[in-house]
Amino acid sequence: MPVIRYSQAIRDAIAEEMRRDKDIFVMGEDVETMGGVFGCTKGILEEFGHDRIRNTPISEAVIIGAGVGGALTGTRMLVEMQYVDFILHAMDQTINQAAKVRYMTGGKAILPLVIRAQQGSGRGNGAQHSQNLEAIFCHMPGLKVVMPSNPYDAKGLLKTAVRDNNPIMFFEHKVLYNTTGEVPDGEYTVPFGKADIKRVGKDVTIVATSWMVLKAMEAAGILEAEGIDAEIIDPRTLVPLDKDTIISSVKKTGRAVIVHESHGVCGIGAEIAFVINELAFDWLDAPVKRITSAQAPIPYSRKLEQLTIPSTEKIVSGVKEVLNRS
Amino acid sequence: MPDIKIPGRESLLKIYEQMLRIRLFEQKATELFTQGLVTGSMHLYIGEEAIAATAGVLLRKTDTITSTHRGHGHCIAKGGKTDRMMAELLGRKAGYCGGKGGSMHMADFTEGNLGANGMVGGGLAISVGAGITNAIMKKNDSVTICFFGEGATNEGIFHESLNLAAIWKLPVIFLCENNLYQVFTSVKESLPVKNVSVRAASYGIPGIICDGNDVFELYDVLSSAIEIARKGGGPSLIEAKTYRWEGHYTGDGYAKGGYRSIEEVEAWKAKDPIARLGAYIIKNMIAERGLLEKIQKDLKSEMEKAALFAQESPWPDDGDLCKDVFFERQV
Repeated sequence: MPVIRYSQAIRDAIAEEMRRDKDIFVMGEDVETMGGVFGCTKGILEEFGHDRIRNTPISEAVIIGAGVGGALTGTRMLVEMQYVDFILHAMDQTINQAAKVRYMTGGKAILPLVIRAQQGSGRGNGAQHSQNLEAIFCHMPGLKVVMPSNPYDAKGLLKTAVRDNNPIMFFEHKVLYNTTGEVPDGEYTVPFGKADIKRVGKDVTIVATSWMVLKAMEAAGILEAEGIDAEIIDPRTLVPLDKDTIISSVKKTGRAVIVHESHGVCGIGAEIAFVINELAFDWLDAPVKRITSAQAPIPYSRKLEQLTIPSTEKIVSGVKEVLNRS
Repeated sequence: MPDIKIPGRESLLKIYEQMLRIRLFEQKATELFTQGLVTGSMHLYIGEEAIAATAGVLLRKTDTITSTHRGHGHCIAKGGKTDRMMAELLGRKAGYCGGKGGSMHMADFTEGNLGANGMVGGGLAISVGAGITNAIMKKNDSVTICFFGEGATNEGIFHESLNLAAIWKLPVIFLCENNLYQVFTSVKESLPVKNVSVRAASYGIPGIICDGNDVFELYDVLSSAIEIARKGGGPSLIEAKTYRWEGHYTGDGYAKGGYRSIEEVEAWKAKDPIARLGAYIIKNMIAERGLLEKIQKDLKSEMEKAALFAQESPWPDDGDLCKDVFFERQV
């Protein structure tokens, strides 16, 4: 099976979908000529022309707001936020308009809108270019939230997103763009609401998102050497959330560690911990553990940034803690 | 000398009827509000009817509009049915949004009304998106009229929307209803320029002022802007000067003698667009007084029926609470 980069998987998904469906329109900052800062739309202009993909001014609010208007009138809008941090310019468009228009109109509005955004720390970009904002959008009814951790999922989930008739927050990770993985040549999609069990284990359940899936896998290798068998679950989509897979795993292992890069307070880990509490409390042998970035903005200094990002070591020690093995 | 576009008999009578329909609808809705049947607040369009009604006769069914929190007039002008609107105001299942939207979210996609909006400036970017669909994707000659108040021109989205629409020459008519007040605050405190229309210069697009209570001026100015947009000439900014008689919302106790003087309100009422057009129609023998009286009688009866329809409509079911959050069926 071919091995390709995460950014290539995104690009392939966009190109394949645009070939399949002539109603898809792509817009965002610098998406046209240079294929965007991370090259995810490279080659789209050459193949599809200026009427299918357009550079916009630095105007995040109208990028998303026009995404809403385009989608309402029959265009499948695929818009890009260069950094997720910039979407904070466009919160009215995202939360007051996109998320609510279908409900407010009693189900008459159909809104095929995908908002791709790149997020995450790890590259020394400082507090306003390193955030993970998924929790904000998970909180708001009407948005689906997708966080692929590898090239296969990135491609399959993006194809599903583009075919969905709802506003989708599609969060890529800047550190993952250069990671590689096997992606089949042929057509496939990855469904929403279906978690992926990345590693089967019996001692502890680790639920990890995006980049943290890779760190959890590293941690599992270290733990294995110490005789601890971790099961790793990548929810892939946070809305909808595959509660069943998480709960079955926790019922099997009796212990859960949740790892995400965004801040802990009111993060997705809090929600997942609640779901476990609600549906698997009697199966728990230890309190649910959460490993997240510190409750501080992402610092610039490499030393401090590395300190805040959940590390493999922190995951290893977190797992040992819930196993009383520290 | 550019051609001046003049509405014909049929258009004039239609505009007259629609203006009156808007006014009588809102008067009936106010009655129901006073009885406690309408919750929240309504932002009344009374006094501004000429703008929506004139735009309405100039648009095709395939054209779209984006509306505002003061949106009843826009909805009616774009073909909205008063019974379903009234049911929406009462939060009933038969309303345009099944009761989930209310006054500020009235939408009727089948007639091209992309929706009222609770956010000031909320429709601006949506109209740009409609322009992308029409001009870039479908390459048709449909246009979008984006209604907004002068207050919205102080929002950042106004700049972003007009800027992008101008760069891409999108077929959007940005129609500013300058009613001189944002909630309780005068334009004298909120705008550094006398006319909103001058803001068009920033985007290299036409910026035109007209009397928003004069059907003939509106018809001429909007006809030209629509024609430019249909032919691929891009957006225009039209500023229609007008006045909201009843203040910001129903029960605005400060609207007469508070933040606005009684004299000012009365002076604007003297410019009533409906009375003006009615007088013109009779004076110029476009129709007899009897016809206008019949229009009014029929509309009053329509509003009685709309109010009855709304009150007899069932409430939404409990099961509707969490329906329509997502589109469930996949393509």
